[in-house]
Amino acid sequence: MSSAIDLAVAALVLLGAAFVLIGSWGLVRLPSTMERLHGPTKATTLGLGALLVGSVVFFQGKLGVWTAHELLISVFLFITAPISANMIAKVHLHRMRTGALVEPESIAGEPPAPAPDVDWATFQAPRDGSSASTAGS
Amino acid sequence: MIEVALHIALGAVALALLLNGWRLLKGPAIGDRIVALDTMVINAIAVIVLIGMIGGNDTYFEAALLLAMVGFVGTIAYCKFILRGDIVE
Repeated sequence: MSSAIDLAVAALVLLGAAFVLIGSWGLVRLPSTMERLHGPTKATTLGLGALLVGSVVFFQGKLGVWTAHELLISVFLFITAPISANMIAKVHLHRMRTGALVEPESIAGEPPAPAPDVDWATFQAPRDGSSASTAGS
Repeated sequence: MIEVALHIALGAVALALLLNGWRLLKGPAIGDRIVALDTMVINAIAVIVLIGMIGGNDTYFEAALLLAMVGFVGTIAYCKFILRGDIVE
């Protein structure tokens, strides 16, 4: 029983650390900012989740202490990681559209328009004909 | 076995922090720097959790929880400042 807990904790911790490392490696290696956003926001969050589950198993199995902090941290992290990634993507789009930043074309190219009559929620002037446009009134 | 795994994981997370620091210094866009800072906060949480497990002490997790909250607020404040030139309007 004890060796099974040992094995589970070691596997979870190593898996989590590997994903954290892969996320940071993606941050260094990927070619454009929008692509670099993928590594940390997905791989690192998953890796930290595995680390925290390993920590819960470790404290419960080895020391007999029930700790709920890890679950709180992972829930909070899984809620906030997409929000901060969205905000950073908006910053990048905004900087590109105001001309403060010129970036070479990435493999994925420009993001497509979300729908014919709406626009991305950055702070540029709305296009003519979109629902937020006041050009015709 | 757990001790060895914990120390290997600590080394891997430290290496990840160094890679983030490289991206933070190099840039080139502001978005890259914000991503690097956000990832550094998440990796710091990982370091705190690993140190807590190595020491067998669960007091460290209070600090990790606090860091998770403050890091998120910091990232949003930084993004908001770049987008609007102000944080609270």
